[in-house]
Amino acid sequence: MSNKILEIQNIKREFKMGTETVRALKGVSFDINAGEFVTIMGSSGSGKTTLLNILGCLDKPTDGKYLLDGVDIGKLERNELAHLRNIKIGFVFQAYNLLPRTSALENVELPLLYNPTIPQKERRERAIHALESVKLAERLEHTPNQLSGGQQQRVAIARALVNEPVMILADEATGNLDSRTSYEIMALIQELNQQQGKTIVFVTHEPDIAAFSSRTINLKDGKVIKDSPNVTIRSAKEVIASLPVTDDY
Amino acid sequence: MNVINLLRIASRALQRNKLRAFLTMLGIIIGVGAVIAMVAIGQGSKKSIQDQLSSMGSNMITIRPNSNVVAGARLDAGSVQTLKIEDVKALQKQGQYISAISPAASTKGQAINGALNWPTTIQGVSPQYLDIRAWQVKDGIAFSDADVTAAAKVCLLGQTVVTNLFVGGESPVGKIIRFNKIPFQVIGVLASKGENAFGQDQDDIILTPYTTVQERILSTIYFQNIYVSALNEQVTDAAVAEISQILRVTHRLKPTDTDDFAVRTQEELINTFSSTSQLLTVLLTAIAGISLIIGGIGIMNIMYVSVTERTREIGLRMAIGARGMDILMQFLIEAILISITGGIIGVGLGIVASKLVTIFLSWPTLISESSIILSFLVCALTGVFFGYYPAQKASRLDPIDALRYE
Repeated sequence: MSNKILEIQNIKREFKMGTETVRALKGVSFDINAGEFVTIMGSSGSGKTTLLNILGCLDKPTDGKYLLDGVDIGKLERNELAHLRNIKIGFVFQAYNLLPRTSALENVELPLLYNPTIPQKERRERAIHALESVKLAERLEHTPNQLSGGQQQRVAIARALVNEPVMILADEATGNLDSRTSYEIMALIQELNQQQGKTIVFVTHEPDIAAFSSRTINLKDGKVIKDSPNVTIRSAKEVIASLPVTDDY
Repeated sequence: MNVINLLRIASRALQRNKLRAFLTMLGIIIGVGAVIAMVAIGQGSKKSIQDQLSSMGSNMITIRPNSNVVAGARLDAGSVQTLKIEDVKALQKQGQYISAISPAASTKGQAINGALNWPTTIQGVSPQYLDIRAWQVKDGIAFSDADVTAAAKVCLLGQTVVTNLFVGGESPVGKIIRFNKIPFQVIGVLASKGENAFGQDQDDIILTPYTTVQERILSTIYFQNIYVSALNEQVTDAAVAEISQILRVTHRLKPTDTDDFAVRTQEELINTFSSTSQLLTVLLTAIAGISLIIGGIGIMNIMYVSVTERTREIGLRMAIGARGMDILMQFLIEAILISITGGIIGVGLGIVASKLVTIFLSWPTLISESSIILSFLVCALTGVFFGYYPAQKASRLDPIDALRYE
């Protein structure tokens, strides 16, 4: 595989806290190819949030090289990073971060509003299409408080898909959900990865979730301690099927 | 980032919080409404004062013969006789800024009615004189142009003359009085005009056709004054220039000659009036400024709260590709939308309020377009001015911190 979406080489990130220097990342290197489903695992303080911020172009490394889809991040300034996020990355957050009192459709349209090259008609079509692909075609006009947690997260995933990014970056995307809904979200993400070939980077601290991905990177104290492909990938759909039937969904 | 998208983003954000947006607007609405209504009331009263001043004769222009030098000694103004009936006719014919004209020839003398007598002034004028001075005939009738042609011995009495010549509430109309032994029939009594600005009693006068004074009392062809009424205060200066020009021609003056007449306006009256209305304008502008500043502070306050409350939203917007400038513009446009919408509603409210004032309090109001345009512009500027700082604060947030803001 030579189709590298993401290349990081010896990335370091240091924070100055008063007189002390906190070294959150102490030289991290790995590549991610198109179509991979990678989970980044690590306990609290392992540097995974810092790494996520850098992968998401929200932050820049103190040292080291980061190429996203062939673009060197280190050379870009704030506005260029914003543009890069707009066209190349789709974010999914733990707390969904949907705009309140705003319909699902308008929430999904949001990234496209910051891309002036997309006309209004196409924006709407793409948003509807993205919501269809997360199976929310019936809920276009619902506002977040009219949707369940799982549905809200699916709206957020649709929002991450709508700009057709090279990579979807999920930050503890199932952290706020019960286990059944978590599996449903994972099933959706697996489907996007396997059927539509989306590249997915999933940051989590739950080993359970990591089992659904094709590759796991373990972080500890700002370093990669393990980076291995999963030999047996669990299917989230099968897990759901094996769960006892409940009345609440 | 195109403007239409920004407008869409900002208006969607406002729609999410309709009540808050409206309450914020309220400051602007009340401010602008108050300004429009106040200016309307101010302009209305200004207009009615103006009308009253005109009725008092603030647009009156007086023409007098100029002073003259005889054998090296400068004589009194009016010591020379230069104004004749030809001047009056020329002015009547050619004057474009003149609405009424009356010559005047007057003299002092003793008025006698039976056993009572009173020293007073008899003034010979044309019927238009009453219009120029905005003087009403209280009782009886005014004399006519026919009386002027005939040099009729008819007269109108001022109130002071009536009081001194007629006792016991006797009506003077129809009675004969004598002035310097010439009998005059009283055909009317003038309304009281009181004292003028210099304490002269304006009611101590007898009015009669100018021909009567010229031919029967003074035996002259000259006038002491010509009174002219300009169309309105604004054209007074133009009327003065016009009068000078016409009179120089009728007096056959060479370009090097000085005027042999003097033209005077009621400058003092006009100045008093304009300084009063200027004070009113300054006062209203001050109130306008204060109310709009308060409205603006309201906007700033809410925008600050809004930026803090929506920190996570701002973080999200930045994460999905909004640049600092986009965030700045969004919040700025929100502020401007609030202030402009408030401005529009405020203008409507102000117009309605001034109409209501006219209907229920019967105060005169005059809605001026300039006040509408001005307060509207000030509104938009208020939005920019008070929206900028919170917007800038929002645009400088760090997306990482903003996304995790609790």
